[in-house]
Amino acid sequence: MFLEIKDLSVKIENKNILKSLNLDINKGEVHAIMGPNGSGKSTLANVLAGKEDYEILNGRINFKDNDLFDLNIEERAQEGMFLAFQYPVEIPGVNITPFLHSAINSKRKRMNEEEIDNLSFAKLLKSKASDLGINIDMLKRSVNTGFSGGEKKRYEILQMSILNPDLAILDETDSGLDIDALKIVTDGVNKLKTKDNSFLIITHYQKLLDYIKPDYVHVMVNGSIVKSGGSEIAAEIEKDGFQKFQ
Amino acid sequence: MNSETLNTLDSYSKNKYKYGFVTEIDEEKPKKGLNEDIIKFISLKKNEPEWMLEWRLKAFSKWKKMKEPKWANLSFPEIDYQDIYYYSAPKGFEKKPKDLSEVDPKLIETYNKLGIPLEEQKVLAGVAVDVVFDSVSVATTYKGELEKLGIIFCSIGEAIQKHPDLIKKYLGSVIPAGDHSFSALNSAVFTDGSFVYIPEGVKCPMELSTYFRINAENTGQFERTLIIADKGSYVSYLEGCTAPKRDDNQLHAANVELIALEDAEIKYSTVQNWYPGDEEGKGGIYNFVTKRGLCAGKNSKISWTQVETGSAITWKYPSCILKGDNSIGEFYSVAITNNFQQADTGTKMTHIGKNTKSKIISKGISLGNSQNTYRGEVSFLRKAEKARNYTQCDSLLVGNQCGAHTVPYIDSKNNTAVIEHEASTSKINEDQLYYCRQRGLSHEEAVSLIVNGFCKQVLQELPMEFAVEAQKLVSISLEGSVG
Repeated sequence: MFLEIKDLSVKIENKNILKSLNLDINKGEVHAIMGPNGSGKSTLANVLAGKEDYEILNGRINFKDNDLFDLNIEERAQEGMFLAFQYPVEIPGVNITPFLHSAINSKRKRMNEEEIDNLSFAKLLKSKASDLGINIDMLKRSVNTGFSGGEKKRYEILQMSILNPDLAILDETDSGLDIDALKIVTDGVNKLKTKDNSFLIITHYQKLLDYIKPDYVHVMVNGSIVKSGGSEIAAEIEKDGFQKFQ
Repeated sequence: MNSETLNTLDSYSKNKYKYGFVTEIDEEKPKKGLNEDIIKFISLKKNEPEWMLEWRLKAFSKWKKMKEPKWANLSFPEIDYQDIYYYSAPKGFEKKPKDLSEVDPKLIETYNKLGIPLEEQKVLAGVAVDVVFDSVSVATTYKGELEKLGIIFCSIGEAIQKHPDLIKKYLGSVIPAGDHSFSALNSAVFTDGSFVYIPEGVKCPMELSTYFRINAENTGQFERTLIIADKGSYVSYLEGCTAPKRDDNQLHAANVELIALEDAEIKYSTVQNWYPGDEEGKGGIYNFVTKRGLCAGKNSKISWTQVETGSAITWKYPSCILKGDNSIGEFYSVAITNNFQQADTGTKMTHIGKNTKSKIISKGISLGNSQNTYRGEVSFLRKAEKARNYTQCDSLLVGNQCGAHTVPYIDSKNNTAVIEHEASTSKINEDQLYYCRQRGLSHEEAVSLIVNGFCKQVLQELPMEFAVEAQKLVSISLEGSVG
């Protein structure tokens, strides 16, 4: 099993957010989690990435034969977990080229791969950026600083394509995107998809799933997955809303 | 603050100072203590003319009547001026060596260890260096090449003998001996430092640089630097400093004077990395420095850039007197304090001429138990028509025990003056750390990246050759783990 979440219960500030949640993801699969606001979708993404604000009450998570709770945030990232943030934070003064260069090399180091030099990295970044229709000028700017909402999301996808993760978690990547930006972002995801990597797509709306075809759709309500199935579920939600699952 | 951040903070406090070694070398030292005899001794050692000795003695008599300025946000025990050596020179420096073959190999080794090779071919391309070890200048590189352009770059001691007219005219003209007690002290006992003269219309083709090292125990270093840029000339100058780890505090009281004549520009950069003391606040350099530039001519410009990471105490306000019409003064500063370090630093911009402009960018980063104060004064005199100032002071706090303070004074006697002031204080942002770490960067790498980003506006003002070094220094000051 690639990612196995077993009986996961999580709380934050005395509030139970995730309740006995179970989810299995295999290599090469695309899973979508849909649910109303406050159902715990983003908490799941952050618990997977290792954010420290949460208290794990129960359960375990296995990721690529590791007990995930044995790894800290950066170790999980280096092992191939990537979180595309819902609200990417601005880091003024930190140029994105060296930032991503350090990121990719820290991953390579852990994998005992040779570090990539400046020149090869610059080439790689340029080619990935042009694949995603990202203006080269954007690479001269500081991380997320002064970016529009759409630019931030596109830039998350660029980082994802550079770091080439085994498991990519997209946390409401579609929110705040107009239809053109949504196409660019979803095209990027579709290009990245291989039989060896997996995606966990968290979304509120069905719209995103018109562009990325998930293998499985899960409905999350009140901290648990209440229904799983194929893309027909997304259509059901589109029609009737989340009401009937609550 | 989460536990990981606290762990990293803890590792900062195990700060290792990689320049803390001592060079075992025979030193010539007269007795401790400050009196007329020691001043005569210094003057004699330096083979100075009579007028210079008189100048020193006059400063000394002023100093005797003065008290230390007390307005800074610093606390330290009273300095015992009689318990300090005022002169220390490696033996064999009665005359400055002609070339490196005459220099003690131990000294050359010291500088290699510090990353400042004295052999010209190994020196950073395009940088001429004057090297000061305790009280004497050890070597000056690229002198010949500069002489062809009429540029004078030598130790101040040499300048006193060879260029007395320039010295008499300019020494003490920007910082009068009686300005305050540290300037009087320096004027009385200064030992070495650099002298630069750029003739009219000459753009100095390389960075000029002085590297100061305090080696001897209980020894004060009192350097004196004087830079004169004649009409239409340009020079960029960089100063670096280190000292061995010692349990006692050591005094460093420098005076730096800059004079820019009409259309001239001086860019002065400092990377200050004196020994800061250990994690309990024991030892370290007391750094009381007076730096002042005079934009004497029309359209002249003086720009100070400083990266202050060392010293137990930093008391330093590189300032500009904007006398010439349309002259420009700039101050870019990064001050990082860790453990029990205290920094009270900033600038003074005095607008006298019309259309004068000044810009202040200050970035303070406080860690551990340190205290970091920005103190600045911007004043507009009556004739300063349409003068402008822009000030931006940002403070970043890393941890809960440190302090950041901002003390700006503004004084305007001309109502056409335009003043803008922005200030911010923030804590290191956990969301930024999370974001960086999610990309695979370690906690330490992430902190260093964020802090370097915070300082970028200032670091990018440094000459190219040193910008990378300065970035590394910033990271080291944070990590304290690179030995």
